[in-house]
Amino acid sequence: MKIHEYQGKQILAKFGVRVPRGDVATTPAAARSIAEHFGPRVVVKAQIHAGGRGKGGGVKLAQNPAEAAQVAEKMIGMQLVTPQTGPEGKRVKSVLVEEALDIARELYLGIVIDRAREAVVLMASTEGGMEIEKVAAEKPDLIFKEYVNPGTGLLAFQARKLAFKLGLEGEAFKQGVKFILGLYRAFEGTDASLAEINPLLVTRQGDVLALDAKMNFDDNALARRPDIAALRDLDEESPLEVEASKYNLNYIKLDGNVGCMVNGAGLAMATMDIIKYSGGMPANFLDVGGGVTEEAVTNAFKILVGDPDVKGALVNIFGGIVRCDMIASGVVKAAKELGTKIPVVIRLEGTNVDLGKKILAESGLAFSAADGMKEAAERIVGLVQ
Amino acid sequence: MSILLDEKTRVVVLGITGGEGTFHAGKMVEYGTKVVAGMTPGKGGTKHLGVPVFNSVSDAVAAEGADAAAIFVPPFAAADAIMECADAGLKLVVCITEGIPTFDMLKVKTYLKAKPVHLIGPNTPGIISPGKAKIGIMPGHIHTPGRVGIISRSGTLTYEAVQQVGRQGYGQSTAIGIGGDPVVGLKYIELLELFKADPETDAVVLIGEIGGTAEDEAAAYIKARFPKPVVGFIAGQTAPPGRRMGHAGAIIAGGKGTAKEKMDALQAAGVYVAVSPADIGAKVKEALSR
Repeated sequence: MKIHEYQGKQILAKFGVRVPRGDVATTPAAARSIAEHFGPRVVVKAQIHAGGRGKGGGVKLAQNPAEAAQVAEKMIGMQLVTPQTGPEGKRVKSVLVEEALDIARELYLGIVIDRAREAVVLMASTEGGMEIEKVAAEKPDLIFKEYVNPGTGLLAFQARKLAFKLGLEGEAFKQGVKFILGLYRAFEGTDASLAEINPLLVTRQGDVLALDAKMNFDDNALARRPDIAALRDLDEESPLEVEASKYNLNYIKLDGNVGCMVNGAGLAMATMDIIKYSGGMPANFLDVGGGVTEEAVTNAFKILVGDPDVKGALVNIFGGIVRCDMIASGVVKAAKELGTKIPVVIRLEGTNVDLGKKILAESGLAFSAADGMKEAAERIVGLVQ
Repeated sequence: MSILLDEKTRVVVLGITGGEGTFHAGKMVEYGTKVVAGMTPGKGGTKHLGVPVFNSVSDAVAAEGADAAAIFVPPFAAADAIMECADAGLKLVVCITEGIPTFDMLKVKTYLKAKPVHLIGPNTPGIISPGKAKIGIMPGHIHTPGRVGIISRSGTLTYEAVQQVGRQGYGQSTAIGIGGDPVVGLKYIELLELFKADPETDAVVLIGEIGGTAEDEAAAYIKARFPKPVVGFIAGQTAPPGRRMGHAGAIIAGGKGTAKEKMDALQAAGVYVAVSPADIGAKVKEALSR
């Protein structure tokens, strides 16, 4: 799960990680009063779940509270387009208004899980403000890493090593070590999957602060982190994806026009692949789960055809323990309720497959049953073209 | 022969008294698996599905000689269950549970380092040695005994592969789902090592997906040290970057872990790569006909 920058900074502050003074505003008047309190010079930052905000005009310096209000007026309600949002952009609902600081150095500090090493890794770099993937590709010797033993957590000497490698001295070294240890505590204490401070700021006075903060969280841990789960912003997600998540369905909208509904994530991806291989483009990823019920199938089918881009649907179910007749009933029920007109090809395999095919044939709907993934994909791609 | 699991393996089922545990333990017994005990803390001394239930795994080991486990407990209890099995000295632990936090698995993997245990999963359909035994939730009837090994990160896609391989006339020695999470127990290389040593496995099907680097590591291993033919398929060739495709581990992050990258690595290692998922069975035939 993703959150906004201001929410990330509030979490960091709780763990003793220093962030610029400021607050979030949803009106120009509120932006002005925050600037009066922490300014007069402030930075106004659009709050959306996408990076590259500066490039789209979503980060502006204001010299005084009146200017902060003007900037906020323009930003709130705008469709902000960044390299990560897509051409339609994202609507800005709120802005973060923060004190402007004297920048001496911009560094990088990130924490992720290294899957190959099976450990949490801290990555620090002197090349702040750049994308870390770019630094890794071009100047890998400027990225310093420390792996964490989950039993002990991050150790103080590891934080000191990173601070020395970043060239921090005196007051900045002291604050840097505290910052690194605090960021790790925030990462572990919230079951984060990513904590990225880019840039990590060193001021002329030797203060070390998080100028930006990006945090993502492990979806599997949200049930034990209710305070984190409460930070979810449904406006940042596609409406169909929000609807799907209510029924525990994994749905992701894509660019094509062949909708697909599959049981199991791997088979769902493979179904998308074979649609493309057959000359079409998948409209979505939709995994109804291994232990699928008739109700889940009905809801999934409704979400699938609820996408106006979908011109035809492919249902691919490998029954196994799940019964094919139950799947067929669920799809027929949903299609009848919705009065579905688009072509639907269904591939059923496994337990009670003949009974499932019979239900489809007798439904009176224009469904066609296919044997095997290849035949199913080729047929639906032919029908939508 | 088979790897890790056969008809002599003695299984304790953790969470046997729950709905899922009851259903699948029953199916395992039907298939011929030697389920010798159940474990649910607080229900020790009772019987379920005709086997004794114990309060701890070590009690099940002492009383029934269990040497393997199937775990069907809720996500936040699963890490503890895996470590309890390792502590009790089990050789094989299969964790079916989906939704375990990654941090919990990091602790599990650190704990397991000093123990002689094989962990399969979590978030896996399990392991089956056709005709002998299964520990997991896969439908037994689609499998046939034979000489092809299968290793996969997926559930139903594995069934698809099993069926395709079966229709070409080949059975399976052992089929293993390694799990769809970012941090899992045994991965491709450890299992390939076991298949290499198994004289009754002639070829291996390796089914991967986007995210992480496990397939790339497997490709390097195959190239250097695996003499038997390998057929590969990578799911997610059309998956967009930055989105989690159902499995917690199936995500292209920072431009890394794409299907193309993995397919290229496997191809370069001499693996018979199926571009279409419908060609997995045909590729096995091609590999074994050479």
